[in-house]
Amino acid sequence: MIIARVIGNVVATQKNERYDNARVMLCQPVDLAGGETGATLIALDTVDAGVGDLVLIVQEGWGASTAATGDPGAAIDSAIVGVVDYIDLLPEEQTTR
Amino acid sequence: MQLARVIGTVVATVKNDSLEGRKLLIIQSLDAGLLPQGTPLVALDAVGAGVGELVFWCRGKEASFPFRREDTPTDCTIVGIVDSERHVTMRGSRQRR
Repeated sequence: MIIARVIGNVVATQKNERYDNARVMLCQPVDLAGGETGATLIALDTVDAGVGDLVLIVQEGWGASTAATGDPGAAIDSAIVGVVDYIDLLPEEQTTR
Repeated sequence: MQLARVIGTVVATVKNDSLEGRKLLIIQSLDAGLLPQGTPLVALDAVGAGVGELVFWCRGKEASFPFRREDTPTDCTIVGIVDSERHVTMRGSRQRR
């Protein structure tokens, strides 16, 4: 799983039927220091995350599809599965990041 | 599967129901010389690993197999704890000094 910040959402009227009622969120992966890293991605929300939340994103089709729609096999490769409260790091990792 | 060091923990109160009671750990993947390789990830724990330990983890759909695979959304699961750094051995020219 990766950690990302929810930065917006996407509205699409015309979409694959398995995306019906899905909340499609725009997310920016972040590193452990909170800085942006990598490309912005789209993930389906399964935990009522909101814009500004730090979240956990699963990037694996089976799990993401099951979490977001209840069944595997949908064309979904990323899902938000948790909202991060806080992160605890080893002291030596805190100083190097 | 890859070697990694557990460098921290993540606390997430709001999460997918099937992640309830599961431990979320931050891991830093390591190369054969046990040096950091790539960016840290959030992993689900299947073996009782703790912060500071040397572990190996599994990616993809197979990461959900230690749990209820139908509904556990994970793409990164810790599946083994390496006894110690001395227990990672290489032969020949790639031997670690």
